[in-house]
This record gives sequence, C-alpha cells and structure tokens, in this order.
Amino acid sequence: MTGTNLGAPAERREGRQKVTGAARYAAEYTLPGRAHAWPVPAAVPRGRVTAVDTSAALALPGVLAVLTPGDAPRLAEPEDGTLAVLQDPDVPHRGWCVALAVAETLETARAAARAVRVTYDRKPHHADFTEADPDAYEPDEAGGQAGRVERGDPEAAYAAAGVRVDVTYRVPPLHNHPMEPHASTAHWDGDRLTVYTSSQGGTAVRSVLAQLFGLDEEGITVVAEHVGGGFGSKGTPRPDVVLAAMAARHTGRPVTLALPRRYLPDVVGHRAPTVQRLRLGADPDGRLTALLHEVTTHTSRVKEFVEYAAVPSRVMYATPALRSAHRVLPLDVPSPSWMRAPGEAPGMYALESAVDELAGVLGTDPVELRIRNEPDREPASGKPFSSRHLAECLREGARRFGWAERDPRPGARREGPFLLGTGVAAATYPVQVAPSTASAQALPDGTFTVRINAADIGTGARTVLAQVAADALGVPLDRVRTEVGRSDLPPAPLAGGSMGTASWGWAVHEACAELACRLAGHTGPLPVEGIEVRADTAGKADADSPYARHAFGAQFAEVAVDTVTGETRVRRLLGVFAAGHILNARTARSQFTGAMTMGLGMALTEHSTLDAVFGDFAEPDLAAYHVPAHADVPDIEADWLDEDDPHLNPMGSKGIGEIGIVGTAAAVGNAVHHATGIRFRELPLTPDRVLTALLSEG
Amino acid sequence: MYTESPAVRKVPRAMTSANRPGHHSEVTLRVNGKPHTLLVDHRRVLLDLLREDLDLTGAKKGCDHGQCGACTVLVDGRRLNSCLLLAVTLDGSEVTTVEGLGGHGEEPHPLQRAFLDRDALQCGYCTPGQLCSAVGMLTEAAAGHPSHVTDPATPSGRPVPLDRPEIRERMSGNLCRCGAYPRIVEAVEDVIR
Repeated sequence: MTGTNLGAPAERREGRQKVTGAARYAAEYTLPGRAHAWPVPAAVPRGRVTAVDTSAALALPGVLAVLTPGDAPRLAEPEDGTLAVLQDPDVPHRGWCVALAVAETLETARAAARAVRVTYDRKPHHADFTEADPDAYEPDEAGGQAGRVERGDPEAAYAAAGVRVDVTYRVPPLHNHPMEPHASTAHWDGDRLTVYTSSQGGTAVRSVLAQLFGLDEEGITVVAEHVGGGFGSKGTPRPDVVLAAMAARHTGRPVTLALPRRYLPDVVGHRAPTVQRLRLGADPDGRLTALLHEVTTHTSRVKEFVEYAAVPSRVMYATPALRSAHRVLPLDVPSPSWMRAPGEAPGMYALESAVDELAGVLGTDPVELRIRNEPDREPASGKPFSSRHLAECLREGARRFGWAERDPRPGARREGPFLLGTGVAAATYPVQVAPSTASAQALPDGTFTVRINAADIGTGARTVLAQVAADALGVPLDRVRTEVGRSDLPPAPLAGGSMGTASWGWAVHEACAELACRLAGHTGPLPVEGIEVRADTAGKADADSPYARHAFGAQFAEVAVDTVTGETRVRRLLGVFAAGHILNARTARSQFTGAMTMGLGMALTEHSTLDAVFGDFAEPDLAAYHVPAHADVPDIEADWLDEDDPHLNPMGSKGIGEIGIVGTAAAVGNAVHHATGIRFRELPLTPDRVLTALLSEG
Repeated sequence: MYTESPAVRKVPRAMTSANRPGHHSEVTLRVNGKPHTLLVDHRRVLLDLLREDLDLTGAKKGCDHGQCGACTVLVDGRRLNSCLLLAVTLDGSEVTTVEGLGGHGEEPHPLQRAFLDRDALQCGYCTPGQLCSAVGMLTEAAAGHPSHVTDPATPSGRPVPLDRPEIRERMSGNLCRCGAYPRIVEAVEDVIR
C-alpha cells in the first residue's frame, strides 16, 4: 500500500464524544418505558433449585416480573453452555443466575432480587484445584491447537542435558474487569429484537441470539457503538444479553441489565489458574537441548476452556526436543474464558522466568542467552517465520535501557532500605486474521463512507480503518467517514485475538481499492446515491499460510524492593515490539503501554482466590481485586521496530492488542530476583510474600 | 413526578407506584448550572439521578461501590463518588458533571483538550471520572491540601506543587483498566503549565 495516512498518529475519532460524556454505552440507551433487571445469583456451589418464592419480590411496588427457571422464556440449546440461563433448575456453580428481577427502577429491581427466596437441593461439590488431582485429563485441543505437541525425545534429552532447570510456576485466577461492567439493553418490536450491548463482536451476538430465540438474523439489530473495554471477557455474548432479551420479551418493555461488579467474576469468565512445570536442558554453551512445558489448569463443568499456557513454548526457542502439553481439571466452579493474551500471558511468565533461571545457572547474560537460542524455523511446526525480529527487539531494548551497565550479581544494588534490580523477558503473540466484509461508498460531494460491523473497544478501530481507507483510495483522511458497531453494517469478526484491525482492515482495503478502480473508470458526476463497493475476504484472509506468523517483543523492568515493607515498585518499564507495520502511532502506543500496565498488575497486585468451600472467588470486586492504580504505574515506555512483512495482509500489520501484556510479569519477576537474590515462583509478588521471604532468607 | 423550572429541559417521567410519595422526597439541585426539582426515591444515589432522571450519562457506573471512581462528579466544587451519595441528602447542591466541564461554549475544557492531545483514554469509560477528579484535584492542591506523598515539611495553607508522584497519588481513586495512566498524568501536567 502507498499513502501517507497509515502509521500517522491520527487522533481518535470518537475521542471528543468520550471526553465530553456524549458517547453512549450499552446501559445508557434510555428508551421510553425502559425497565431494569437485577440478577439473583445461586447461593450454593452445586445443586438444584427446588423452589423460587417470588411473592415478596412481586409485592414490592414497581416490580414487573421475576423470571425463574420455571417460567423464563425457553431458548434453543446454545453451543456455549454459559448462555443456557434460567432454562433448568441445575446449579453448576455458585453465582449461576437462578432468577432475574425486573422493575421500574434500579433500586426496586435490586430490592426485588434480594427479596426472592430460593431453596436448593444442595449437592456435594469439588472446587479445590490441585495439579495432582486424578480427575485432570489431557484435552485434545488447547486454544484451537493440539493439546500436546512433542518433538524428539524430550524426557531422554532432558535427562542427558549437561545443565538443567526444573521449576514450577503458579499463576492465580485473574479477572478481566473492564471498567464498563457487562451490560445490555434489549427491546422487542413484535418479533424484531434490538439490543444495545457491550460486546467485542456484534456479529456473533446477532447470530447467537438468532439461534437461541429462533429468529432470522435479519430480525435482530445489535448495536455496540462504544464499549467500555472487554479484554476478552466480551469476546462472545455473555449471559447479560440473553437475560436482557428474555426479560424484555417477558415484560413487553425495553429492559436494561447491567451486571453488578461483584457478579462479574462468576459469570463473564476469568483467566483460569495455571501450574506450570518447566524443564530446560542445555549444553554448557547455553544452547537448549530440551524444553518441556507442562501446564495444569481448571475448567468448569459447563464447558471446557483450556488456558493454553504451554503454546508459546512451541514458538520461542530452538530445541531438538520439545514437549508442550496441557492437563485440565473440571471443577464445580465458574467458567473460565479469554483474558488478554490467553495462553501467552501466563505461559510466557513461566517460560521467561525459567529462561532467566537458566541464565543464572549458566552465568550467561539473559539477553544473550535468548539470542543464542533463536530458531531458524518455528520449532513445533518447522515452518519458516514470515518475519521475526526478537533479537533486534532485545538488542534495541537493552541499548535504551542501559542493560550493558548492569551488574549481573543479584542483590548487589542497594539504596537505603531498597534493593534494586533489573530484568528482561521476551514477548510473543500469534498473527491471527479472519474473513470479513466491508463496504466503501463514494459520494457526489467528494467524501467517502466505509461501513463495517467492527467493534471499537478502545483500540481506535474507527480511526485506523479510516486511515486504511484513505490510503487505499488515495484521498485525505478527513474525506473518509467510518461507521462501525451496528449489525446492519457489513458483518465482521470480533475485536479479539489481536486480529480486529488486520481482519477488518483487509476488507476495508479491498473495498476501497476496488472503489478506486471503479472511480478511475467513471466519467462525469457521481449519481446521487454515490457508488458503493462491497468486499469479502473469505478464502483470502483464512487461507493457510506457509509461514509461521507471530509478533515478538522484549520487555525490560527495573524494580525497587522495600526491605522494610516487602513492597515491590516498578520504577521503569520498557517494551520494544516488532509487530509488522504499525498503523497508528498514537493509538498503538496506548495499546502497548496499556497492556504492559495490565502485565504490571499481573506481576504485583492482581490476585484472585477460588474458595474451595464456597466454590467461587474471594476477591470479586475492585476493592479486593487490585487492578493497578495511578500510583502503581511509572512512566511506561513502549516503542517498536517497524517490520516489512509481505506475508500478512495488505497493510502489513500484526496484532498489537495483547503482546504488551506478554512477558511483563516475567520481566518484573526477574528484576525482583536480581534485586533480592530470591526467586519467587508464584504471582503476584505482594508484600506479604516478598517480606516473608526476605525475613526468612535474609 | 417532575417539576419544571424555567431553565430546565423537561424529562418526562411517568408516575408509577414505584415512585409514589412516602418513600420519596422533593429535592432541588443545580446540575451544570441548571436547576432541577425532582421527587426522588430515598434509595436513589446521585449517580442514578444523573443517569436515569436527567439523562446525563457522562458519569459512569463502574462498580456502584465507591471503588473505581468512574462516577466522580463535582459537588459544590469538591470531587466525590456520586454512587455513594444519596440524592435526598443533596438538596441545594451545585453539581458539575463531565457534560458541564466545558461551560456552555463549544470549546471543551482545557483538560478535555489535553486528554485528546495526549491520547489519555482508550475505551473512554473511566474518562469522565478521571476528568472530574483531575479538576477537583487541582482545586485541592491549589488550596494547600496535602496528599500521602506531600513532603511533611511543606508549609501548610499554600498551593502544593504537583509533580508526577503528587498527581499519581491524588488520582489513584480513579481506575483505568486500559492503562492510560501515563498519558493522563501528562494531560494533567499540560493544564498545570
């Protein structure tokens, strides 16, 4: 592609609406006669609802209805079991929705939900996650790939290795907690359904609702114009949109259901905990001879979701013997799902920490050790990389960070009560792309409109797609409008898997390139309705590639560990990424640094506990589950090496939404080891853990 | 029930059994300079009054428990979590929301402009709270209110200079899951200078 718009730091187009409060989110469509719904979560970890007494709730003035498993509208069986809400009396986990109160006002809906009396036949449950549990099994698939990959004879190679590291790392359950809780407003007009929902992909919401309610897709409109974050937890429809549509149908009124914050961890998905055993074998020069990455995680009884943390080990380092394998333990717990860089984020925490341990054993610089193990081809598949600039990211990051001046000895830098240290880790995230449609219209006034049901969840999709269009059309950026976030626009895949911009942009590019051809052959003024071209990238975007396609990066962290309080604070964080051609320098930087901030939280503050007795999470809200706050976050720096990779898409881009969280926690953990000489192998690195270790080892 | 006063945009509100008198009281607030007299449910918090009764949805509901700051508005010039304020207690108060920060002109508040210049937002859901909080914070610092990181030797009663640690500390009641913090701090610095 030629043109001057791609890569430019164009200001985000909806920014002004967002800073003035004019941008409307799903719960903010105040339709006439709108009612509010409030869920009743199951109060037992497993069992059956035997009775729902709604009389006290219905007696409250202003209550319109209480939906129960007995009388809620019937749905077709969903593919995703978490959406089969109020369809039968079974309680698969604590927090499962067992009734829904609908009332004139929020206050009354909440009071009604509290007044509903549910009785249960409680059954024994099992919610205790241990890796030795005999019920754990090997899944066929993990994240759409084989659950297990082996190359060579990993056990024998490891046993024969001259230098060995055998370590186990633990990541607790983590919560997405987007700032906008999951919310939907539903409205029926006869058999026509309109939903305003907070979703990363409105096209899928429409098809799922059509299937559940037995409607034609044409009869459903899904609007997701502004979405207050999702980080995976809004990647597919969640129960809020189904419940809102059921309540609206049942009451004949528009209904909004905004899930209460404390309820989110139980019903919108979480990052499942992982126990990860890493065995690294190397020769004395530091070349890997065996890499074994074995992950145990949990899932619910509702569906199998495997946190595919061993997958990045198939990509990262040259080794003649490789094992990347998963085991999953079904429990009576809430269903896990995608959270930013599922698989890669926890997997690379463990792998990159283990590599740091190997560097320590070998006495090799951790930057050099990684570069020494750069593979010629993707280790698991044998495919050549379409582009791979990990070594360059490491070198450039090391140069900027001042890595050469680092004293490698742990515990060598002291500043009053603080121990200082620096750490490095690599990052990787796969290039994914899905077919999309889009349309481009030329209007007689010389402007253009691009239409696509993309979701702007804060990435700046409107803005970057206008840049793609302007370059393909060869026109200034301000001549292009973009319309996104409505299902009556051309269908498009979700904003997830870091594939939104690549998938949508490809279709926008095709439509605009074709439109440019048509306009070049057109003489005279345009017709009043303009000229419109539609593109569909099916067959192209999903074609198999002979290349292994991944983004890479390097993360550097400096920490100060307070020996008095045990508190770790990050002083500097630098990420250098190689992710194809960066399409908008301003919004890309925000995504990188934002994801690194989430990685900082994963390293230091974010912690959830699955209470084995209660069967759900002990830290369900933002007072107990600590996402990073302003005071936790230093001047994070992110930059990139622009790559020229012809094997991706017309824009030459790789996804950037997730790689920023990958490796951050390992870089911070490695820095804490460098500061203290103590290796922590369980996240997060909270003051209680650090201080206990400092006192016992110091 | 809704009583119209001269400068008020009428918001129709049906009289239902849910908002009958008895559990309700009449309250008059000035919101972004306009007076509003409403019969409010005693359970109603300011956040829901703004969003549900006045259709001012700029203030966001992130947690409804005073844990995230997305609902921050200015009440009589002070920044407060509107989800924790019962509306019935606010008779006679002056409320400013993100919609009112820029005054009545077309031009946004300098801080709103700075947020755009710095890309201090992504999903935008915490943004109204960050903006209102920052405006309130600047007033507090100018009035000499110390924070946790203020040097105890700083003379009291004089404006506290806002370096980055001060801004971060004072803004820590406003969570941003997209991680726009460094850009928000830069935007605040832009309007201090």
